[in-house]
Amino acid sequence: MMTTLPLDTAELAQGASRARRDAWRRAFYRMRQSSLSIVGLVLVLLLLLVAAAGNSMAPFPDHITGSIDTAMRFKPPSWSNWMGTNELGQDVFSLVLGGARISLFAGLAVVLLAAAVGTIVGAFAGYLGGWTDEVLMRLADLKLTLPGLILAMAVAAALGAGTLNMVIAISLGWWPGFARLVRGEVLSRREEVYVLAARALGAGPVRILWRHILPNIVSPVIVKMSLDVGFAVLTVASLGFVGIGVKPPTPEWGQMLSTARGFLPDYWWTAIFPGAAIFLAVLSFNLLGDGLRDVLDPKSRR
Amino acid sequence: MFAYILRRVVLLVPVLLGLSMMVFAIGRLLPGDPVMLAAGPNASREEIAALSAEFGLDQPIPLQYWRYLTGLLQGDWGRSLQTRGPVLEDLKVYLPATLELVLAAMLIAVVAGILLGLLAAVRRNGWIDYLVRLASLASISMPRFFLGLILQLVFAMWLGWAALGGRFPLTLSPPPSVTGMLTLDSLIAGDMQALLLALQHLALPAIAMSLSPLATITRMMRASTMEVLQQDYVLTARALGIPPRKLLFKHVLRNALSSTLTVIGLYFGWLLGGTVLVETVFDWPGVGLYATKSILTQDFMPVMGVVLSIGTMFVVFNLVIDLLYGVINPKVQLR
Amino acid sequence: MPLLHIDNLHLAMRSYDGEAHVLNGVQLQVDKGEIWGLAGETGCGKSVTGLSVSRLVNTPPARYMQGRILFDGQDVLTLDERAMRRLRGRAISMIFQDPSTNLNPVLRVGEQIADVAFEIGRHAPQVLGLGPQTGLGERRRAAERLGVEMLERVGIPDAARRAHDYPHQFSGGMRQRVLIAMALVGQPRLLIADEPTTALDVTLQAQILRLLSDLVKRSDTAVLMITHNLGVVAQICSHVAVMYAGHVVESGRTREVLQSPRHPYTRALLAALPRPGLQRGQLANLAGRVPDLIHPPPGCRFAPRCARATAACTVATPPSVAVSDQHQVACVHLDEVPA
Repeated sequence: MMTTLPLDTAELAQGASRARRDAWRRAFYRMRQSSLSIVGLVLVLLLLLVAAAGNSMAPFPDHITGSIDTAMRFKPPSWSNWMGTNELGQDVFSLVLGGARISLFAGLAVVLLAAAVGTIVGAFAGYLGGWTDEVLMRLADLKLTLPGLILAMAVAAALGAGTLNMVIAISLGWWPGFARLVRGEVLSRREEVYVLAARALGAGPVRILWRHILPNIVSPVIVKMSLDVGFAVLTVASLGFVGIGVKPPTPEWGQMLSTARGFLPDYWWTAIFPGAAIFLAVLSFNLLGDGLRDVLDPKSRR
Repeated sequence: MFAYILRRVVLLVPVLLGLSMMVFAIGRLLPGDPVMLAAGPNASREEIAALSAEFGLDQPIPLQYWRYLTGLLQGDWGRSLQTRGPVLEDLKVYLPATLELVLAAMLIAVVAGILLGLLAAVRRNGWIDYLVRLASLASISMPRFFLGLILQLVFAMWLGWAALGGRFPLTLSPPPSVTGMLTLDSLIAGDMQALLLALQHLALPAIAMSLSPLATITRMMRASTMEVLQQDYVLTARALGIPPRKLLFKHVLRNALSSTLTVIGLYFGWLLGGTVLVETVFDWPGVGLYATKSILTQDFMPVMGVVLSIGTMFVVFNLVIDLLYGVINPKVQLR
Repeated sequence: MPLLHIDNLHLAMRSYDGEAHVLNGVQLQVDKGEIWGLAGETGCGKSVTGLSVSRLVNTPPARYMQGRILFDGQDVLTLDERAMRRLRGRAISMIFQDPSTNLNPVLRVGEQIADVAFEIGRHAPQVLGLGPQTGLGERRRAAERLGVEMLERVGIPDAARRAHDYPHQFSGGMRQRVLIAMALVGQPRLLIADEPTTALDVTLQAQILRLLSDLVKRSDTAVLMITHNLGVVAQICSHVAVMYAGHVVESGRTREVLQSPRHPYTRALLAALPRPGLQRGQLANLAGRVPDLIHPPPGCRFAPRCARATAACTVATPPSVAVSDQHQVACVHLDEVPA
């Protein structure tokens, strides 16, 4: 005779959600302990604030939209112009704030797009295995051997100027990293009990991936996304520096740096501030991403 | 051992083939009409038709790929509209320049990184951990072109210690070209003055490129060295009287190096494709600058050539690293 | 004068929960030619004692509160690191427990021995059979030759060829032999062996122990064999010291201690050994647990578990009393325990 254990499903569910809440609480506690990531978080929030505020935060908002002031050319940093003015008399500080919006949104867009494409490719490759896996992963590997920046530049230039084209061009080079990550995660969960149960009940691969597997691999994907945003912003600035991507008069940090090259060393403020802005933005995202990684994936603590 | 090497080398072929296919596909998919570009705005219909036939654009794709592949193997990598010459010839000039830059950067990064990492691991301080982490994050966040500009500003414009740009002073003639790398060529020719000049020009761009890999290598070496120092065999070696310096450099280093080697390999390939910005800032005539100028003028054959050559070098270099790995860690060889 | 004299050694170890008083007045004397077993349960401090003799205990988290370790009359704890290094391998050698992790996986076996020999040859060239002023190349070659010779002596067949092999190409027993060769290449006067056979199976154990005893008898090397296995002690040790919670509770000639144990702890240990003829359920064991070293019990640390404990036991750590020539016991109730 078989004895069955009493299954109080309500209790089980409560226990599961409590465990999840505890996990989140522990995660945030760990994060608070790392001061570096706090700094990163603060800086990133500041950046997002600047970006969201639009041009209203800038002291000279019309400079961002393109108006110039030839009487104020090349003024060094002062109380009225904290970062001085450029060759068109525009307030560098306002331009830097304006450039934040482009860089941030473009960087985030790149990572989101790459994550989306990479996740789909990686999920199918990992779950279906066999030929699909081979082909898709070979493709990803090959793509990784090719110089990313040059390709992104070429594609962006070919697609034509404009932020959207630039984002697409850069994402095209970014997806393999996500694909490999997701593939690995899917592979390790493919044989778990809940997947087999779902299959036994007749669920197809898309449903299984969407409802069962993907929710569990959100964490490493988010970690990678946060680690990558900084570099995406850097790449956007790099393309701007070379002269590809954003159309003038929209300010873009890389572009500003490129124009300012010619004015060194005398008018150093036209170059130093945009450059420092790029550095700080990328650094904040990296600090945040590093902190997030410690929190969500403590195994990788170094 | 030789069978192992041979096997790995043979496996290269399908990879390289795949690379060429990918590059071909990208080239064909890029918008922009090569015929129109080559022909110019005032071409007649006959000229356009003739060029189309010459480019083979009317043929089915697999055939076009075959033409492309055979062309590659025979040395026809297309022509550059910019330099008006064959891409392969251009590459022969520009590739060594980039290689020189990347090798110099990696040399700095590897030597300094390993030493710093070892040192940081031996001094097991709490705040050194913090400092290393912060410094390495800052280093990889620093945009190379900005760093390059700052270096130019400080060391070339203000202090005058290094050159502002280019590879060699324009007014002097460089040593005869053997490797295409000015530093090596100067050494081969025994021309110390040329060597000094070449180094003065190489220094700043190489440093700008080396910061990011240096930071990562330091961090990795530190982590793996700390791990190795905990191992039993290190205690045994100490217990039997092995002195600390020999212990560190012979017994510990070789074990700590393996994970760093993979990183070095990856970085090398990454740097090869990432010289664009530094070359632009320092006016360094390498493939990065070549590709950039070509892209800006919608001239895509050179770009494809650059992409293919860099991809190939990356694959070959990683093979070398893998083989080196087998030498350093003998257990790998048995596979 | 004894070769090794550990005199009232106290060691404290800093940990997350506080400072643990790990060694509580360890007293031990080893003369040349003697094979001493240092026996006790896990955590009694025997390994730390062994490591202390070679000064391999890291002194940030650890702290020597009191006592001396006299090797040949010199207090090892007062030497500077360089002088200590000269002793290691040449005068005091060590072998450890796990042969699979104690050899450097990326260096050839012959090279690892040669490294030890080469270093010793720097300040004691006579070990390599060389005079004082020899070049590096010649010294290296001599070190390599000596290494191969040692491999032969520990019973590695085809030693000259196998010296070029890597550790993973050797079996566990062979690797332990290599470690023994490395430890003895400098002709040390004291060999400290920390559980050298624990990781090996029983047949190998016997072989390795026999090898060790043969080798040290020939050279009159003193041995401090750290083990939790009284069987090993019975097999090759001439003397034994039983440790409990950082203190040597009984010591003396092996035969005497094992046949007539006087300390309650030693008696309990011996009683717990499985013997042929025992019926099921008759296996005796010792009640209670090892004391907390951060807050140790006052006086005799064994008192909480001892059937004969009285108030007198908690006053101070019992001094060692000689019950016969070389047989010492640290207990205040000696008269009650029949010989």
